[in-house]
Amino acid sequence: MAQYAVLIYERVAPEDLPPEIMEAHGAVPGKVAALGGKELAGLALEPSATATSIRGGVVTDGPFIETKEVLAGLTVIEARDLDHALAIAKLTPIVDGGVEVRPLLGFVIVEDT
Amino acid sequence: MLAATVRVTRGLDSAEEAVQDAYVQALRTWARDGVPDRPGAWLTLVARRTALNAMQRRQTLAAKLPLLVVPDDGAEAATEAEAEAIPDDRLRLVFTCCHPALAQEAQIALTLRYVCGVATRDVASALLVSEATMAARLTRAKKKIAAARIPYAIPAAGELAERVDAVLSVIHLLSTTGHVAPTGEALVRDDLTDRALDLARMMMLLLPAEREAAGLLALLLVHQARRATRTSADGALRRLEEQDRAAWDRALIGEADRLLVAALRAGPPGRFTLQAAIAALHAQAPSQEETDWAQILVLYDELLRVWPSPVVALNRAVAVLMADGPETALAEVERLERDGALAGYRYLPATKADILRRLGRDAEAVDAYRQALALTGNAAERRFLEDRFGAGMARLAGGPAPEGS
Repeated sequence: MAQYAVLIYERVAPEDLPPEIMEAHGAVPGKVAALGGKELAGLALEPSATATSIRGGVVTDGPFIETKEVLAGLTVIEARDLDHALAIAKLTPIVDGGVEVRPLLGFVIVEDT
Repeated sequence: MLAATVRVTRGLDSAEEAVQDAYVQALRTWARDGVPDRPGAWLTLVARRTALNAMQRRQTLAAKLPLLVVPDDGAEAATEAEAEAIPDDRLRLVFTCCHPALAQEAQIALTLRYVCGVATRDVASALLVSEATMAARLTRAKKKIAAARIPYAIPAAGELAERVDAVLSVIHLLSTTGHVAPTGEALVRDDLTDRALDLARMMMLLLPAEREAAGLLALLLVHQARRATRTSADGALRRLEEQDRAAWDRALIGEADRLLVAALRAGPPGRFTLQAAIAALHAQAPSQEETDWAQILVLYDELLRVWPSPVVALNRAVAVLMADGPETALAEVERLERDGALAGYRYLPATKADILRRLGRDAEAVDAYRQALALTGNAAERRFLEDRFGAGMARLAGGPAPEGS
């Protein structure tokens, strides 16, 4: 199995997301498993207005790249190949936006030592 | 042969190496033992064995590296029956090369290079880029195939129609690129149209249940039938109405008709089948005037419904011109102009110019021909537009129009 990141771009701010979308997110891992894949990790981000960027040592307010669709979160999945990964990514609940599927070069969870 | 070998190696580069090795082995063995009955099958089997051996070596060396693919269980016991599996391999290869996760220009390049086996240098010259640019484009695409694991597989039934459409689009684009080279001297680049026709035949044979594959083949056959008459001896463009209909290849048109009848009987037509039906109606008509324009307009309405594209709408306007007259057609073209989706598309001002010319509005026609000229890089098309432009200018000046206008 190969690992992919599913980057979630959403125009609707997290606080405005309808509850059914939040519920749908909770149901995703089960649906992924039903397709023969696996969701390894999931991250949900606070709104991009809360972001702070550092470029060449200079600290500025806001996200690194200003776009209409902001990165709202990401999941890490395991899939057989790109077609399988795309089928899994299509399960992502989105109100107004889309997802980007990228193969992972590495995925490490740092353990406490 | 390459296609059959990729299934074992899962990498285009290593498959190419194995194929090269097979040729070297063939030269040695055939010189000693004579040429086998089925040299193609022999080469494929040797290439696959070579690829397998090379893979097993690599696997032993780097057992911990992730494998691209596990070879088929039966691949070692290479038999004649295995060589029969080649069609499936070609199909897998074409679906990999035309995967929607690849940019369409990469899809076209990969298809020419790996499905048709055209050398990188020749792919580059056919698509009018430098060899270095093409080599880089192919390398980038191959890296994505490997890194993202674009599968080497026939798509699942639920996705098949959509993925077949992507493959047929690439083949159609190859054919139209060859039909009217966007820049350069020759109006027709025969090599590209020939390759496209071969690919369309292959898709039809390998996916007989996909009606649109038959539709595309029929469309390309009609184009092929008219090919020799599209340019005059000195390379100038001839419009449909000026072409020598007696010189059209009736055998190819007949083949297209048979494919179309079968496709239309099997179910509602898709965009390629509809385009083929339009082309076939043109091909059957004894002259421009005796063409069944009303029927063609009906087909365009249906085409616009299944494939709402401004280019289709413009072609439909030409059918409107012939069926309902220039006033109605002009209104259609002006609506498309206001819509803006075709800004910079050379056939929009060219079509408008032709309609204005028929309405006797020469000053506006000349203006539109000038716009069309500014947008075309194909020498034969330029010459045609310049002739029309010159004729319009002559009429405006009150002089006689040059011959042929």
